[in-house]
Amino acid sequence: MQRSTLDLWVGLFVMGGIGALLVLAMKVGNMSSIGGGSETYALTANFDNIGGLKPRAPVKSSGVVVGRVSGITFDNEKFNARVTLNIEKTYKFPKDTSASILTSGLLGEQYVGLEGGGDPVNLNAGDRIKQTQSAVVLEKLIGQFLYSKASEGGGDKK
Amino acid sequence: MATHKGFSIRGIGARTIDSVLRLGYATRFIARTIASSGTSLKRPRLVIRELYFTGVLSLIIILVSGLFVGMVLGYQGYYTLQTYGSESALGVLVALSLVRELGPVMAALLFASRAGSAMTAEIGLMKATEQLSAMEMMAVDPIARVVAPRFWAGFISMPLLAAMFSAMGVFGGYLVGVVQIGVDDGSFWSQMQSAVDFHKDIMNGVIKSVVFGFAVTWISLFEGYDAPPTAEGVSGATTRTVVTSSLAILALDFLLTAFMFGGV
Repeated sequence: MQRSTLDLWVGLFVMGGIGALLVLAMKVGNMSSIGGGSETYALTANFDNIGGLKPRAPVKSSGVVVGRVSGITFDNEKFNARVTLNIEKTYKFPKDTSASILTSGLLGEQYVGLEGGGDPVNLNAGDRIKQTQSAVVLEKLIGQFLYSKASEGGGDKK
Repeated sequence: MATHKGFSIRGIGARTIDSVLRLGYATRFIARTIASSGTSLKRPRLVIRELYFTGVLSLIIILVSGLFVGMVLGYQGYYTLQTYGSESALGVLVALSLVRELGPVMAALLFASRAGSAMTAEIGLMKATEQLSAMEMMAVDPIARVVAPRFWAGFISMPLLAAMFSAMGVFGGYLVGVVQIGVDDGSFWSQMQSAVDFHKDIMNGVIKSVVFGFAVTWISLFEGYDAPPTAEGVSGATTRTVVTSSLAILALDFLLTAFMFGGV
């Protein structure tokens, strides 16, 4: 039996399979960026309306991805949505940071945008971001627009 | 064993009892295979030889099919996405559908028809020509010597083949989407990387292919071992392997998908 050739082929096969997995992990997946095991700390923020925000959506500050949304629950005391954000340990934010739910592009995915304030004290793990801005709901925006147009039209008639 | 077959009530009962008996026998068979796989560990060359036949020889069909599936996904995905002006998400579509579903499922279906049927026919013929009985005469356990190495080879090669299928498919999608149609190279890869999660998508795909590998090798080895020792019996067993494996793959895929991604 041609043992060495057989071994060679099987070795190549196993190497190819592991190589394909590595390619999938590195090139296709996001092993190199956040989510691949880097240390994070949790912050919470309450929003009146989260729109279409989903768990695992990115958290960005000045366009840089600094973390991910880890959970969305309903707050039974404040009657609004409580969003938990996992922020990478290397990024620090001051106490008066404001969080808003933004959309990338017109119909793109929604993400949480953080904007740092000027407070010298930083947020610690488990802290709550107090200043929040809800997601823009397109229907409300159109409703407001129509309403203002209608009132303008009414003014003209008088 | 009950033999009253037909469409009488008695026949239905006999068939039910038959299939339950067969399932019990199959479970006992796989338990014995796993229990007697010590020989495969002591003589890894047996497994390597089977890895060559099940894995290496399935490479060509897996790689070529992966490439074509990826290229077709590239075309169809582009056609749909450009209607919404979001053809830059082509990479996401190709990668997610391959890694989550098509890679494990298609690779397992091809594996069942390429390697599974060969395993069934080989073991069925060994049984028909009384090679298995001859081994038992020589105090060689045919399950440890013949069945277990094949089981481990199939179990090992299935996830590797699925990973290669997915990687090749992504490359095919890249060829069609970026090289031929002209989707932006950077957004193709970066959107893909931001959407595909290693643990949630890639590892779940690997888990799927491991489960499929187990199911397909189990079915094909059992069908071969249980085949009636005639030419007709072996051919029927080979057909049953492909049919049962394909159904098992698709049903398991539904269950696993509902389990893994159902909550999102």
